[in-house]
Amino acid sequence: MKNLKNQLVELLSENARYTFSQLASITGESLAQVEKAVSELEESGIITKYSAIINTEAMDQENRKVQALIEVKVAPQKLKGFDSYAEEIYSFKEVQSLYLMSGGFDLAIFVEGKNITDIAMFVSEKLSVIDGIASVQTHFILKKYKIEGHITNPNKESERQIIQA
Amino acid sequence: MRDFLSDKAKKLKPSGIRKFFDIVSERKDVISLGVGEPDFITPWDIREAGIQTIKRGYTQYTSNKGLVGLRQEIVDYLRCNYNVDYSVDDTMITVGASEAIDLILRATVNPGDEVLVPDPSYVSYKPCVELNGGVAVSVPCDGENGFKLTRKNLEKVVTKNSKILIFPYPNNPTGGIMEKEFIDEIVPFIIEHDLLVVSDEIYAELTYGREHCSIASVEALKDRVVLISGFSKAFAMTGWRVGYVCAPKPILDTMLKIHQYAIICAPIFSQYAALEGLKKGKLNGYKDIKEMRAEYDRRRKFMHKTFTEMGLSCFEPKGSFYIFPSVKETGLTGEEFATKLLEQEKVAVVPGDAFGEFGKYYVRCSYAYSMKNLVEATERIARFVKGLKG
Repeated sequence: MKNLKNQLVELLSENARYTFSQLASITGESLAQVEKAVSELEESGIITKYSAIINTEAMDQENRKVQALIEVKVAPQKLKGFDSYAEEIYSFKEVQSLYLMSGGFDLAIFVEGKNITDIAMFVSEKLSVIDGIASVQTHFILKKYKIEGHITNPNKESERQIIQA
Repeated sequence: MRDFLSDKAKKLKPSGIRKFFDIVSERKDVISLGVGEPDFITPWDIREAGIQTIKRGYTQYTSNKGLVGLRQEIVDYLRCNYNVDYSVDDTMITVGASEAIDLILRATVNPGDEVLVPDPSYVSYKPCVELNGGVAVSVPCDGENGFKLTRKNLEKVVTKNSKILIFPYPNNPTGGIMEKEFIDEIVPFIIEHDLLVVSDEIYAELTYGREHCSIASVEALKDRVVLISGFSKAFAMTGWRVGYVCAPKPILDTMLKIHQYAIICAPIFSQYAALEGLKKGKLNGYKDIKEMRAEYDRRRKFMHKTFTEMGLSCFEPKGSFYIFPSVKETGLTGEEFATKLLEQEKVAVVPGDAFGEFGKYYVRCSYAYSMKNLVEATERIARFVKGLKG
Protein backbone atom coordinates (compact mmCIF):
# COMPACT_ATOMS: atom_id res chain seq x y z
CA MET A 1 0.00 0.00 0.00
CA LYS A 2 2.80 2.41 0.90
CA ASN A 3 4.50 1.78 -2.44
CA LEU A 4 1.19 2.28 -4.25
CA LYS A 5 0.59 5.58 -2.44
CA ASN A 6 4.06 6.81 -3.39
CA GLN A 7 3.40 5.90 -7.00
CA LEU A 8 0.02 7.63 -6.95
CA VAL A 9 1.51 10.81 -5.49
CA GLU A 10 4.05 10.84 -8.31
CA LEU A 11 1.47 10.09 -10.99
CA LEU A 12 -1.14 12.57 -9.79
CA SER A 13 1.48 15.29 -9.39
CA GLU A 14 2.32 14.71 -13.02
CA ASN A 15 -1.32 14.57 -14.17
CA ALA A 16 -4.15 15.17 -11.73
CA ARG A 17 -6.70 14.08 -14.29
CA TYR A 18 -5.73 10.41 -14.52
CA THR A 19 -8.89 8.41 -13.99
CA PHE A 20 -8.88 5.62 -11.42
CA SER A 21 -9.01 3.17 -14.28
CA GLN A 22 -5.87 4.63 -15.85
CA LEU A 23 -4.09 4.67 -12.51
CA ALA A 24 -5.01 1.03 -12.03
CA SER A 25 -3.55 0.14 -15.43
CA ILE A 26 -0.33 2.04 -14.86
CA THR A 27 0.35 0.76 -11.36
CA GLY A 28 -0.89 -2.76 -12.04
CA GLU A 29 -3.16 -2.63 -8.99
CA SER A 30 -6.91 -3.19 -8.80
CA LEU A 31 -9.39 -0.37 -9.18
CA ALA A 32 -10.58 -0.85 -5.60
CA GLN A 33 -7.04 -0.61 -4.22
CA VAL A 34 -6.36 2.57 -6.17
CA GLU A 35 -9.58 4.23 -5.06
CA LYS A 36 -8.88 3.34 -1.45
CA ALA A 37 -5.29 4.64 -1.64
CA VAL A 38 -6.30 7.94 -3.22
CA SER A 39 -9.05 8.35 -0.67
CA GLU A 40 -6.57 7.83 2.15
CA LEU A 41 -4.12 10.27 0.60
CA GLU A 42 -6.86 12.90 0.48
CA GLU A 43 -8.05 12.26 4.01
CA SER A 44 -4.57 12.43 5.48
CA GLY A 45 -4.02 15.78 3.79
CA ILE A 46 -1.16 14.60 1.59
CA ILE A 47 -3.22 15.40 -1.45
CA THR A 48 -4.65 18.82 -0.73
CA LYS A 49 -6.07 19.98 -4.02
CA TYR A 50 -6.29 19.16 -7.74
CA SER A 51 -5.62 22.21 -9.89
CA ALA A 52 -4.52 23.00 -13.41
CA ILE A 53 -1.02 24.37 -13.91
CA ILE A 54 -1.39 27.51 -15.94
CA ASN A 55 1.25 28.64 -18.38
CA THR A 56 0.86 32.37 -17.99
CA GLU A 57 3.42 32.92 -20.76
CA ALA A 58 0.87 31.62 -23.23
CA MET A 59 -1.84 34.06 -22.10
CA ASP A 60 -2.50 37.54 -23.47
CA GLN A 61 -0.73 40.29 -21.56
CA GLU A 62 -3.92 41.86 -20.32
CA ASN A 63 -5.15 38.60 -18.77
CA ARG A 64 -1.94 37.82 -16.93
CA LYS A 65 -1.69 38.52 -13.24
CA VAL A 66 1.50 39.96 -11.82
CA GLN A 67 3.51 37.73 -9.54
CA ALA A 68 6.34 38.47 -7.18
CA LEU A 69 8.70 36.76 -4.77
CA ILE A 70 9.09 38.67 -1.53
CA GLU A 71 12.03 37.94 0.77
CA VAL A 72 11.29 38.79 4.37
CA LYS A 73 13.62 39.00 7.37
CA VAL A 74 12.05 39.02 10.79
CA ALA A 75 13.45 40.04 14.14
CA PRO A 76 12.73 37.15 16.44
CA GLN A 77 10.86 38.47 19.41
CA LYS A 78 9.89 37.10 22.76
CA LEU A 79 6.74 35.03 22.47
CA LYS A 80 6.70 35.47 18.70
CA GLY A 81 8.35 32.68 16.73
CA PHE A 82 8.31 32.10 12.98
CA ASP A 83 5.03 30.21 13.14
CA SER A 84 3.20 33.19 14.47
CA TYR A 85 4.61 35.44 11.71
CA ALA A 86 3.56 32.84 9.20
CA GLU A 87 0.00 32.78 10.55
CA GLU A 88 -0.33 36.52 10.11
CA ILE A 89 1.12 36.51 6.63
CA TYR A 90 -0.58 33.51 5.05
CA SER A 91 -4.01 34.71 5.97
CA PHE A 92 -3.75 37.40 3.27
CA LYS A 93 -5.43 36.27 0.06
CA GLU A 94 -2.64 37.83 -2.02
CA VAL A 95 -0.22 35.27 -0.60
CA GLN A 96 -0.11 32.15 -2.80
CA SER A 97 2.71 30.34 -1.04
CA LEU A 98 4.76 30.92 2.09
CA TYR A 99 7.95 29.09 3.00
CA LEU A 100 10.41 29.27 5.89
CA MET A 101 13.88 29.31 4.36
CA SER A 102 17.46 28.68 5.36
CA GLY A 103 20.09 31.20 4.24
CA GLY A 104 20.07 34.98 3.83
CA PHE A 105 16.45 35.61 4.72
CA ASP A 106 13.69 33.94 6.69
CA LEU A 107 10.45 33.82 4.76
CA ALA A 108 9.80 33.49 1.03
CA ILE A 109 6.39 34.76 -0.02
CA PHE A 110 4.92 34.24 -3.49
CA VAL A 111 2.21 36.81 -4.13
CA GLU A 112 -0.13 37.51 -6.97
CA GLY A 113 -1.91 40.73 -7.86
CA LYS A 114 -3.72 42.44 -10.74
CA ASN A 115 -0.80 44.77 -11.36
CA ILE A 116 2.43 46.13 -9.86
CA THR A 117 0.57 48.76 -7.87
CA ASP A 118 -1.58 46.11 -6.25
CA ILE A 119 1.46 44.26 -5.03
CA ALA A 120 3.23 47.44 -3.95
CA MET A 121 0.17 48.32 -1.89
CA PHE A 122 0.12 44.89 -0.31
CA VAL A 123 3.77 45.22 0.68
CA SER A 124 3.52 48.75 2.05
CA GLU A 125 0.12 48.57 3.74
CA LYS A 126 -0.23 44.98 4.84
CA LEU A 127 3.12 43.28 5.01
CA SER A 128 5.72 45.83 6.11
CA VAL A 129 3.55 47.04 8.96
CA ILE A 130 3.55 43.68 10.72
CA ASP A 131 5.29 44.03 14.07
CA GLY A 132 8.78 42.55 13.96
CA ILE A 133 9.39 42.56 10.23
CA ALA A 134 12.99 43.71 9.81
CA SER A 135 13.29 43.88 6.03
CA VAL A 136 11.28 43.23 2.90
CA GLN A 137 12.67 42.77 -0.62
CA THR A 138 10.24 42.44 -3.48
CA HIS A 139 11.29 40.76 -6.75
CA PHE A 140 8.85 40.77 -9.64
CA ILE A 141 8.72 37.72 -11.89
CA LEU A 142 9.50 38.88 -15.43
CA LYS A 143 9.35 35.65 -17.37
CA LYS A 144 8.66 32.03 -16.56
CA TYR A 145 10.80 29.49 -18.39
CA LYS A 146 9.69 26.38 -16.56
CA ILE A 147 6.58 25.94 -14.39
CA GLU A 148 6.21 22.86 -12.19
CA GLY A 149 8.24 20.70 -14.53
CA HIS A 150 6.75 22.06 -17.70
CA ILE A 151 8.93 24.05 -20.10
CA THR A 152 6.85 26.99 -21.30
CA ASN A 153 8.43 27.55 -24.68
CA PRO A 154 10.53 24.62 -25.81
CA ASN A 155 12.94 24.82 -28.70
CA LYS A 156 11.01 23.26 -31.57
CA GLU A 157 14.07 22.35 -33.59
CA SER A 158 15.29 19.85 -31.08
CA GLU A 159 12.11 17.78 -31.27
CA ARG A 160 12.42 14.09 -32.02
CA GLN A 161 11.62 12.60 -35.37
CA ILE A 162 8.12 11.22 -35.46
CA ILE A 163 8.92 7.82 -36.77
CA GLN A 164 12.04 5.70 -37.18
CA ALA A 165 12.94 2.11 -37.73
CA MET B 1 23.45 12.89 -69.73
CA ARG B 2 23.56 9.30 -68.60
CA ASP B 3 22.05 7.72 -65.52
CA PHE B 4 24.81 7.78 -62.94
CA LEU B 5 23.22 5.51 -60.38
CA SER B 6 24.63 2.05 -59.76
CA ASP B 7 22.44 -0.97 -60.41
CA LYS B 8 22.89 -2.18 -56.86
CA ALA B 9 21.80 1.12 -55.41
CA LYS B 10 18.84 1.40 -57.72
CA LYS B 11 17.67 -2.10 -56.88
CA LEU B 12 17.68 -1.34 -53.16
CA LYS B 13 14.11 -1.05 -51.90
CA PRO B 14 13.34 2.18 -50.01
CA SER B 15 12.78 1.78 -46.28
CA GLY B 16 9.48 0.11 -45.53
CA ILE B 17 8.48 2.96 -43.31
CA ARG B 18 9.42 5.73 -45.71
CA LYS B 19 5.99 5.82 -47.30
CA PHE B 20 4.29 5.77 -43.96
CA PHE B 21 6.69 8.36 -42.56
CA ASP B 22 5.78 10.75 -45.36
CA ILE B 23 2.09 10.39 -44.58
CA VAL B 24 2.65 10.92 -40.87
CA SER B 25 4.79 14.00 -41.43
CA GLU B 26 1.95 15.72 -43.21
CA ARG B 27 -0.43 15.34 -40.29
CA LYS B 28 -0.52 17.75 -37.42
CA ASP B 29 -1.08 16.75 -33.81
CA VAL B 30 -0.19 13.13 -34.26
CA ILE B 31 0.70 11.11 -31.21
CA SER B 32 3.52 8.93 -32.38
CA LEU B 33 4.59 5.59 -30.96
CA GLY B 34 6.99 5.26 -33.86
CA VAL B 35 10.44 6.24 -32.69
CA GLY B 36 13.38 3.94 -32.27
CA GLU B 37 15.34 5.86 -29.66
CA PRO B 38 15.11 6.54 -25.93
CA ASP B 39 13.06 9.50 -24.73
CA PHE B 40 15.71 10.07 -22.06
CA ILE B 41 18.54 12.44 -22.74
CA THR B 42 22.12 11.39 -22.19
CA PRO B 43 22.96 11.39 -18.45
CA TRP B 44 24.56 14.59 -17.23
CA ASP B 45 28.00 13.09 -16.40
CA ILE B 46 28.36 11.81 -19.92
CA ARG B 47 27.28 15.08 -21.48
CA GLU B 48 29.67 16.96 -19.24
CA ALA B 49 32.55 14.73 -20.28
CA GLY B 50 31.78 15.38 -23.93
CA ILE B 51 31.66 19.13 -23.30
CA GLN B 52 34.96 19.09 -21.39
CA THR B 53 36.60 17.20 -24.22
CA ILE B 54 35.70 19.99 -26.63
CA LYS B 55 36.62 22.74 -24.15
CA ARG B 56 40.03 21.20 -23.63
CA GLY B 57 40.61 21.33 -27.37
CA TYR B 58 40.50 17.59 -28.14
CA THR B 59 39.16 18.04 -31.63
CA GLN B 60 41.32 15.82 -33.79
CA TYR B 61 41.12 12.27 -35.11
CA THR B 62 41.62 9.43 -32.71
CA SER B 63 43.39 6.29 -33.85
CA ASN B 64 41.29 4.34 -36.34
CA LYS B 65 40.40 1.65 -33.84
CA GLY B 66 39.35 4.24 -31.28
CA LEU B 67 40.65 5.41 -27.88
CA VAL B 68 42.50 2.56 -26.23
CA GLY B 69 41.07 3.58 -22.85
CA LEU B 70 37.53 3.19 -24.18
CA ARG B 71 38.30 -0.15 -25.79
CA GLN B 72 39.78 -1.39 -22.53
CA GLU B 73 36.70 -0.35 -20.58
CA ILE B 74 34.47 -2.07 -23.12
CA VAL B 75 36.43 -5.30 -22.90
CA ASP B 76 36.18 -5.19 -19.08
CA TYR B 77 32.50 -4.31 -19.24
CA LEU B 78 31.71 -7.24 -21.52
CA ARG B 79 33.73 -9.63 -19.42
CA CYS B 80 32.16 -8.57 -16.13
CA ASN B 81 28.60 -8.32 -17.28
CA TYR B 82 28.20 -10.83 -20.07
CA ASN B 83 31.05 -13.29 -19.56
CA VAL B 84 32.39 -12.44 -23.00
CA ASP B 85 36.11 -12.52 -23.73
CA TYR B 86 37.65 -10.34 -26.41
CA SER B 87 40.97 -8.54 -26.33
CA VAL B 88 41.47 -4.80 -26.64
CA ASP B 89 43.13 -5.37 -30.01
CA ASP B 90 40.08 -7.18 -31.32
CA THR B 91 37.78 -4.32 -30.37
CA MET B 92 37.04 -1.32 -32.55
CA ILE B 93 35.00 1.85 -31.99
CA THR B 94 32.56 2.57 -34.82
CA VAL B 95 30.18 5.35 -35.77
CA GLY B 96 27.26 3.75 -34.03
CA ALA B 97 26.49 0.07 -34.15
CA SER B 98 25.09 0.86 -37.59
CA GLU B 99 28.56 1.30 -39.04
CA ALA B 100 29.65 -2.00 -37.52
CA ILE B 101 26.75 -3.82 -39.18
CA ASP B 102 27.67 -2.27 -42.52
CA LEU B 103 31.37 -3.05 -42.07
CA ILE B 104 30.96 -6.71 -41.16
CA LEU B 105 28.82 -7.35 -44.20
CA ARG B 106 31.20 -5.48 -46.43
CA ALA B 107 34.07 -7.47 -45.01
CA THR B 108 32.48 -10.89 -45.46
CA VAL B 109 29.78 -11.03 -48.15
CA ASN B 110 30.73 -12.25 -51.61
CA PRO B 111 28.23 -12.04 -54.47
CA GLY B 112 25.88 -14.99 -54.11
CA ASP B 113 26.58 -15.57 -50.40
CA GLU B 114 23.45 -16.12 -48.38
CA VAL B 115 22.89 -14.31 -45.13
CA LEU B 116 20.24 -15.70 -42.79
CA VAL B 117 18.19 -12.85 -41.31
CA PRO B 118 15.53 -13.42 -38.65
CA ASP B 119 12.16 -12.12 -39.76
CA PRO B 120 10.88 -9.80 -38.39
CA SER B 121 13.95 -7.79 -37.42
CA TYR B 122 15.62 -4.42 -37.84
CA VAL B 123 15.33 -2.87 -41.30
CA SER B 124 19.03 -2.41 -42.06
CA TYR B 125 20.30 -5.97 -42.32
CA LYS B 126 18.81 -6.98 -45.62
CA PRO B 127 19.74 -3.78 -47.51
CA CYS B 128 23.34 -4.00 -46.25
CA VAL B 129 23.50 -7.60 -47.42
CA GLU B 130 22.12 -6.72 -50.83
CA LEU B 131 24.40 -3.74 -51.30
CA ASN B 132 27.27 -6.21 -51.15
CA GLY B 133 25.80 -8.53 -53.72
CA GLY B 134 24.64 -11.03 -51.12
CA VAL B 135 21.27 -12.72 -50.79
CA ALA B 136 19.25 -12.00 -47.66
CA VAL B 137 17.29 -15.09 -46.61
CA SER B 138 14.46 -14.61 -44.14
CA VAL B 139 14.24 -17.00 -41.21
CA PRO B 140 10.70 -16.91 -39.86
CA CYS B 141 10.39 -16.29 -36.14
CA ASP B 142 6.97 -17.27 -34.83
CA GLY B 143 4.97 -14.97 -32.60
CA GLU B 144 3.57 -17.95 -30.70
CA ASN B 145 7.11 -18.87 -29.82
CA GLY B 146 8.27 -15.52 -28.52
CA PHE B 147 9.76 -14.70 -31.92
CA LYS B 148 12.73 -16.91 -31.17
CA LEU B 149 15.17 -18.33 -33.68
CA THR B 150 14.78 -22.11 -33.75
CA ARG B 151 16.72 -24.91 -35.32
CA LYS B 152 13.56 -26.06 -37.05
CA ASN B 153 13.03 -22.76 -38.84
CA LEU B 154 16.71 -22.40 -39.67
CA GLU B 155 16.74 -25.86 -41.25
CA LYS B 156 13.90 -24.79 -43.55
CA VAL B 157 15.96 -22.08 -45.25
CA VAL B 158 19.62 -23.02 -44.93
CA THR B 159 21.49 -23.99 -48.10
CA LYS B 160 25.09 -24.70 -49.00
CA ASN B 161 25.46 -21.00 -49.84
CA SER B 162 24.49 -19.87 -46.34
CA LYS B 163 27.48 -18.13 -44.81
CA ILE B 164 26.32 -15.72 -42.12
CA LEU B 165 23.63 -15.68 -39.43
CA ILE B 166 22.42 -12.32 -38.20
CA PHE B 167 21.58 -12.71 -34.50
CA PRO B 168 19.80 -9.59 -33.22
CA TYR B 169 18.71 -10.13 -29.62
CA PRO B 170 17.11 -8.48 -27.74
CA ASN B 171 15.11 -7.85 -30.86
CA ASN B 172 13.73 -4.78 -32.59
CA PRO B 173 10.73 -4.84 -33.34
CA THR B 174 9.49 -7.91 -31.46
CA GLY B 175 11.00 -7.47 -28.00
CA GLY B 176 12.00 -11.13 -28.12
CA ILE B 177 15.14 -12.45 -26.44
CA MET B 178 17.15 -15.68 -26.75
CA GLU B 179 17.91 -17.19 -23.37
CA LYS B 180 20.88 -19.51 -22.92
CA GLU B 181 18.88 -22.69 -23.36
CA PHE B 182 17.55 -21.50 -26.72
CA ILE B 183 20.99 -20.37 -27.87
CA ASP B 184 22.38 -23.79 -26.93
CA GLU B 185 19.75 -25.42 -29.12
CA ILE B 186 21.08 -23.77 -32.28
CA VAL B 187 24.82 -23.98 -31.53
CA PRO B 188 25.29 -27.38 -33.25
CA PHE B 189 23.45 -26.05 -36.30
CA ILE B 190 25.77 -23.06 -36.53
CA ILE B 191 28.85 -25.26 -36.32
CA GLU B 192 27.47 -27.87 -38.69
CA HIS B 193 26.83 -25.28 -41.39
CA ASP B 194 30.04 -23.38 -40.61
CA LEU B 195 28.25 -20.05 -40.17
CA LEU B 196 29.59 -16.74 -38.97
CA VAL B 197 27.32 -15.24 -36.31
CA VAL B 198 26.84 -11.47 -36.36
CA SER B 199 25.37 -10.69 -32.95
CA ASP B 200 23.69 -7.28 -32.77
CA GLU B 201 23.36 -6.69 -29.04
CA ILE B 202 22.49 -3.01 -28.99
CA TYR B 203 19.59 -3.67 -26.58
CA ALA B 204 21.58 -6.00 -24.27
CA GLU B 205 21.17 -3.75 -21.23
CA LEU B 206 17.42 -3.49 -21.72
CA THR B 207 16.07 -6.85 -20.68
CA TYR B 208 13.34 -7.33 -18.10
CA GLY B 209 13.37 -10.04 -15.50
CA ARG B 210 16.36 -11.86 -16.89
CA GLU B 211 19.88 -10.67 -17.71
CA HIS B 212 20.94 -10.79 -21.33
CA CYS B 213 22.85 -13.85 -22.46
CA SER B 214 25.36 -13.08 -25.20
CA ILE B 215 25.92 -15.70 -27.88
CA ALA B 216 29.56 -14.54 -27.80
CA SER B 217 29.89 -16.18 -24.38
CA VAL B 218 29.39 -19.65 -25.85
CA GLU B 219 32.78 -21.36 -25.78
CA ALA B 220 31.95 -23.66 -28.70
CA LEU B 221 31.31 -20.67 -30.94
CA LYS B 222 34.57 -18.93 -30.14
CA ASP B 223 36.18 -17.49 -33.30
CA ARG B 224 32.93 -17.40 -35.22
CA VAL B 225 31.00 -14.64 -33.39
CA VAL B 226 31.18 -10.95 -34.18
CA LEU B 227 29.71 -8.92 -31.32
CA ILE B 228 28.22 -5.55 -32.20
CA SER B 229 26.85 -3.11 -29.67
CA GLY B 230 26.99 0.53 -28.67
CA PHE B 231 25.87 3.29 -26.42
CA SER B 232 22.80 4.58 -28.22
CA LYS B 233 20.04 2.78 -26.37
CA ALA B 234 21.25 1.93 -22.88
CA PHE B 235 23.16 5.19 -22.40
CA ALA B 236 20.69 7.31 -24.42
CA MET B 237 23.44 8.46 -26.77
CA THR B 238 21.77 8.00 -30.15
CA GLY B 239 22.94 11.35 -31.55
CA TRP B 240 26.54 10.91 -30.43
CA ARG B 241 27.17 8.08 -32.97
CA VAL B 242 29.41 5.80 -30.99
CA GLY B 243 29.31 2.02 -31.04
CA TYR B 244 31.72 -0.90 -31.02
CA VAL B 245 32.51 -4.23 -32.55
CA CYS B 246 34.50 -7.16 -31.17
CA ALA B 247 35.58 -9.84 -33.59
CA PRO B 248 38.18 -12.55 -34.14
CA LYS B 249 41.44 -11.01 -35.32
CA PRO B 250 41.31 -11.71 -39.09
CA ILE B 251 37.78 -10.34 -39.29
CA LEU B 252 38.44 -7.30 -37.13
CA ASP B 253 41.56 -6.46 -39.12
CA THR B 254 39.58 -6.54 -42.36
CA MET B 255 36.82 -4.40 -40.88
CA LEU B 256 39.52 -2.01 -39.70
CA LYS B 257 40.89 -1.75 -43.22
CA ILE B 258 37.52 -0.67 -44.60
CA HIS B 259 36.85 1.61 -41.63
CA GLN B 260 40.21 3.35 -42.14
CA TYR B 261 39.38 4.20 -45.71
CA ALA B 262 35.71 4.99 -45.36
CA ILE B 263 35.32 6.62 -41.95
CA ILE B 264 38.77 7.13 -40.31
CA CYS B 265 37.36 7.21 -36.77
CA ALA B 266 34.33 7.84 -34.58
CA PRO B 267 33.97 11.36 -33.14
CA ILE B 268 36.52 12.02 -30.42
CA PHE B 269 34.17 13.71 -27.98
CA SER B 270 31.64 10.92 -28.31
CA GLN B 271 34.35 8.41 -27.46
CA TYR B 272 35.41 10.36 -24.38
CA ALA B 273 31.80 10.74 -23.34
CA ALA B 274 31.17 7.00 -23.71
CA LEU B 275 34.34 6.32 -21.72
CA GLU B 276 32.99 8.46 -18.91
CA GLY B 277 29.73 6.56 -19.02
CA LEU B 278 31.49 3.25 -18.54
CA LYS B 279 33.85 4.54 -15.84
CA LYS B 280 31.10 6.19 -13.81
CA GLY B 281 28.86 3.19 -14.33
CA LYS B 282 31.47 0.85 -12.95
CA LEU B 283 31.64 3.00 -9.81
CA ASN B 284 27.94 3.52 -9.24
CA GLY B 285 26.60 0.16 -10.39
CA TYR B 286 25.30 1.57 -13.69
CA LYS B 287 22.74 3.57 -11.75
CA ASP B 288 21.55 5.62 -14.72
CA ILE B 289 20.96 2.59 -16.90
CA LYS B 290 19.10 0.80 -14.13
CA GLU B 291 16.84 3.79 -13.56
CA MET B 292 15.99 4.08 -17.24
CA ARG B 293 15.40 0.35 -17.43
CA ALA B 294 13.06 0.44 -14.43
CA GLU B 295 11.05 3.19 -16.07
CA TYR B 296 10.89 1.27 -19.37
CA ASP B 297 9.79 -1.80 -17.43
CA ARG B 298 6.91 0.08 -15.84
CA ARG B 299 5.76 1.25 -19.23
CA ARG B 300 6.27 -2.20 -20.73
CA LYS B 301 3.90 -3.78 -18.21
CA PHE B 302 1.35 -1.07 -18.82
CA MET B 303 1.51 -1.50 -22.61
CA HIS B 304 1.24 -5.26 -22.49
CA LYS B 305 -1.74 -5.13 -20.13
CA THR B 306 -3.44 -2.49 -22.20
CA PHE B 307 -3.05 -4.26 -25.55
CA THR B 308 -4.18 -7.55 -24.06
CA GLU B 309 -7.26 -5.88 -22.63
CA MET B 310 -8.05 -4.53 -26.10
CA GLY B 311 -8.40 -8.11 -27.26
CA LEU B 312 -5.25 -8.11 -29.37
CA SER B 313 -2.94 -11.07 -29.10
CA CYS B 314 0.24 -9.60 -27.71
CA PHE B 315 3.58 -11.20 -26.85
CA GLU B 316 4.93 -9.81 -23.60
CA PRO B 317 8.24 -8.26 -24.68
CA LYS B 318 11.32 -9.34 -22.76
CA GLY B 319 13.78 -6.79 -24.12
CA SER B 320 14.30 -3.50 -26.00
CA PHE B 321 11.55 -0.86 -25.78
CA TYR B 322 9.12 -2.09 -28.35
CA ILE B 323 5.91 -4.05 -28.17
CA PHE B 324 4.66 -5.97 -31.18
CA PRO B 325 0.95 -6.75 -30.92
CA SER B 326 -0.78 -8.82 -33.56
CA VAL B 327 -3.67 -7.14 -35.34
CA LYS B 328 -4.86 -10.29 -37.08
CA GLU B 329 -8.07 -10.41 -35.04
CA THR B 330 -9.16 -7.16 -36.63
CA GLY B 331 -8.99 -8.65 -40.10
CA LEU B 332 -6.54 -5.99 -41.20
CA THR B 333 -2.89 -6.18 -42.08
CA GLY B 334 -0.45 -4.16 -39.99
CA GLU B 335 -0.20 -1.56 -42.72
CA GLU B 336 -3.96 -1.21 -43.08
CA PHE B 337 -4.34 -1.00 -39.31
CA ALA B 338 -1.64 1.66 -39.03
CA THR B 339 -3.03 3.71 -41.88
CA LYS B 340 -6.62 3.65 -40.62
CA LEU B 341 -5.51 4.30 -37.05
CA LEU B 342 -3.61 7.34 -38.20
CA GLU B 343 -6.59 8.67 -40.15
CA GLN B 344 -9.18 8.05 -37.47
CA GLU B 345 -7.33 8.61 -34.23
CA LYS B 346 -4.12 10.42 -35.24
CA VAL B 347 -1.86 7.86 -33.64
CA ALA B 348 1.20 6.65 -35.50
CA VAL B 349 2.50 3.11 -35.09
CA VAL B 350 4.89 1.31 -37.42
CA PRO B 351 3.44 -1.38 -39.73
CA GLY B 352 5.06 -4.73 -38.94
CA ASP B 353 5.90 -5.56 -42.55
CA ALA B 354 8.52 -2.80 -42.50
CA PHE B 355 10.58 -5.35 -40.55
CA GLY B 356 10.00 -8.33 -42.82
CA GLU B 357 7.20 -10.29 -44.46
CA PHE B 358 6.49 -12.22 -41.27
CA GLY B 359 5.58 -8.94 -39.58
CA LYS B 360 2.65 -8.48 -41.94
CA TYR B 361 -0.07 -8.83 -39.32
CA TYR B 362 1.65 -6.89 -36.58
CA VAL B 363 2.34 -3.30 -35.65
CA ARG B 364 5.31 -2.03 -33.65
CA CYS B 365 4.71 0.42 -30.82
CA SER B 366 7.59 2.01 -29.01
CA TYR B 367 7.29 2.72 -25.31
CA ALA B 368 10.15 5.17 -25.29
CA TYR B 369 7.62 7.84 -24.40
CA SER B 370 6.25 9.43 -21.26
CA MET B 371 3.51 7.54 -19.46
CA LYS B 372 1.15 10.40 -20.24
CA ASN B 373 1.72 9.91 -23.97
CA LEU B 374 1.33 6.15 -23.70
CA VAL B 375 -1.94 6.46 -21.81
CA GLU B 376 -3.37 8.86 -24.36
CA ALA B 377 -2.15 6.87 -27.36
CA THR B 378 -3.41 3.52 -26.08
CA GLU B 379 -6.82 4.97 -25.24
CA ARG B 380 -7.15 6.11 -28.82
CA ILE B 381 -5.97 2.75 -30.11
CA ALA B 382 -8.47 0.97 -27.86
CA ARG B 383 -11.25 3.16 -29.17
CA PHE B 384 -10.17 2.39 -32.71
CA VAL B 385 -10.05 -1.35 -32.12
CA LYS B 386 -13.46 -1.28 -30.46
CA GLY B 387 -14.81 0.58 -33.47
CA LEU B 388 -13.48 -2.09 -35.79
CA LYS B 389 -15.21 -4.85 -33.88
CA GLY B 390 -18.51 -2.99 -33.50
